Amino acid sequence: MRRIINYAPSPGVALLLGAAPFVAVGMFYLAASDARLAVDAADKLMPGLSAFYAQMSRLMTRVDPAVAQPLFWYDTWWSLSRLLQGIGWSALIGIVGGILIGFIPFLRATFEPLIFALSLIPPLAVLPILFIAFGLGETSKLVLIVFGIAPFIVRDVVLLVAAIPREQIIKAQTLGASTWQMIVDVVLPQALPRLIESVRLSLGSAWLFVIAAEAITAEGGLGYRIFLVRRYLAMDVILPYVVWITLLAFLLDYALRKLSAAAFPWAKLREA
Amino acid sequence: MTEIRFEKVWKEYGSAIVLENVDLTLADHEFLVVIGPSGVGKTTLLRLLLAQERPTRGRILLDGAEIAAEPTADRGVVFQRYSVFPHKTVLANVMLGPQWAGSPLLGRLFGARRRALRERAMALLDRVGLAEHAKKYPAQLSGGMQQRLALAQSLINKPKVLLLDEPFGALDPGSRRAMHVLVRELWEEQAMTIVMVTHDLMEAFHLGTRVVAIDRPRRDPQAPERYGATITSDFCAKPRIVRDSFRFEAARLRAAAEREADAPFLTRERD
Repeated sequence: MRRIINYAPSPGVALLLGAAPFVAVGMFYLAASDARLAVDAADKLMPGLSAFYAQMSRLMTRVDPAVAQPLFWYDTWWSLSRLLQGIGWSALIGIVGGILIGFIPFLRATFEPLIFALSLIPPLAVLPILFIAFGLGETSKLVLIVFGIAPFIVRDVVLLVAAIPREQIIKAQTLGASTWQMIVDVVLPQALPRLIESVRLSLGSAWLFVIAAEAITAEGGLGYRIFLVRRYLAMDVILPYVVWITLLAFLLDYALRKLSAAAFPWAKLREA
Repeated sequence: MTEIRFEKVWKEYGSAIVLENVDLTLADHEFLVVIGPSGVGKTTLLRLLLAQERPTRGRILLDGAEIAAEPTADRGVVFQRYSVFPHKTVLANVMLGPQWAGSPLLGRLFGARRRALRERAMALLDRVGLAEHAKKYPAQLSGGMQQRLALAQSLINKPKVLLLDEPFGALDPGSRRAMHVLVRELWEEQAMTIVMVTHDLMEAFHLGTRVVAIDRPRRDPQAPERYGATITSDFCAKPRIVRDSFRFEAARLRAAAEREADAPFLTRERD
């Protein structure tokens, strides 16, 4: 009998084991839903598969007169565009700010405490200020996302830049590099893989801010729809939307991971 | 011609004195090895020469002029680790220096200049035995190969002085011996000055033409930080006159060999 930590599942078994909890949760839900529907056929809290199917096919295909397209895709488009814009701006601020602050001592002394303070402010607490300052439109939502995740990304990049071995920077100088050349050829390429990592880690918070902003006011969006139909106890909309948001988050994460592996083959080597 | 002079150099951190009164003149084409116990200030000496740190008193002169206040291209360096850029291929690592010098904004050369540089870099890689690894990343190389890459990367810039900070410290004995041979040969070929720091006495006398030991000549048990290290012995390991006569002899043999066109037993062998 070996110690339990020395038993590892084969890849096939690992896949099965990983899938099992999902199947179990699904089965449990269906069983519970059946039980409730058997008692009350009009139960709204745990709709069955047929109800999900009917509702979702309606949302996905029927053109909503108010927005002139199916609501599901309309909502998805809104939320994704907010999310991607927010992440894009945050990544840009993160990489530019992070490198400048991390690499240039005077900038670091000036801005690092500020970034640290900003990253401590709970973004949702300033949401009212943003709505007051930027109006109820898209700007305030974008600012919320950027405010929520950019300081984190900046700090992460600053830490990475500071962690580049001093020897490399000295070596670059003995090869005649200027500050600009070191930023472009030494620091930036080494910071990019980490930037993608930090964006992946911030995806969860970014979704949180998108949905929080949409819950309060929006023209459309996944979070907006969930909070709108909440008052009708429309679980047949809410649950599929949550699953869809999860799936989108997973796909974004997966795409970023693949992008990082394809664009920075050397980064994987270093970990090995 | 490259001459390095330390003029009464001191290095202090607050009240702690690391180096005191270091006076040294190093002639052209010397291979200076600095030895001494751990933590005594060998690396500090090298950092001063690199201008990674500044002396608190005294001056360091390179060819009569005080060295720049920051690391510059006239002093190349190879550290024990982290001397190469992990995100660039072997060839790109070697091409960096001239690309930076030739293109301030983009750091890239194009067209004929790029091809010429590429050829130079490949020749140098071939010289250090890395030509077939040109497309790999440093993480795919062994420790010894990474150090050879670091050497090639510095040498392409033709620095006046090459500084080596325990460059073989992390290598296994086999690659260490191979590196010794390579460094000696490169030192001969490029006719440059090398300053190396090591704590390996055998290595020091095997490679160096001049070996200096630094240590703390005085100690105050109540305040050990009050006395710094300085050069305690200075040893001419391979006198210039002997080296010169070897070189003349080699040149004479080569000339003789050229006269006798078919005399393969006289051509220099490389191990």
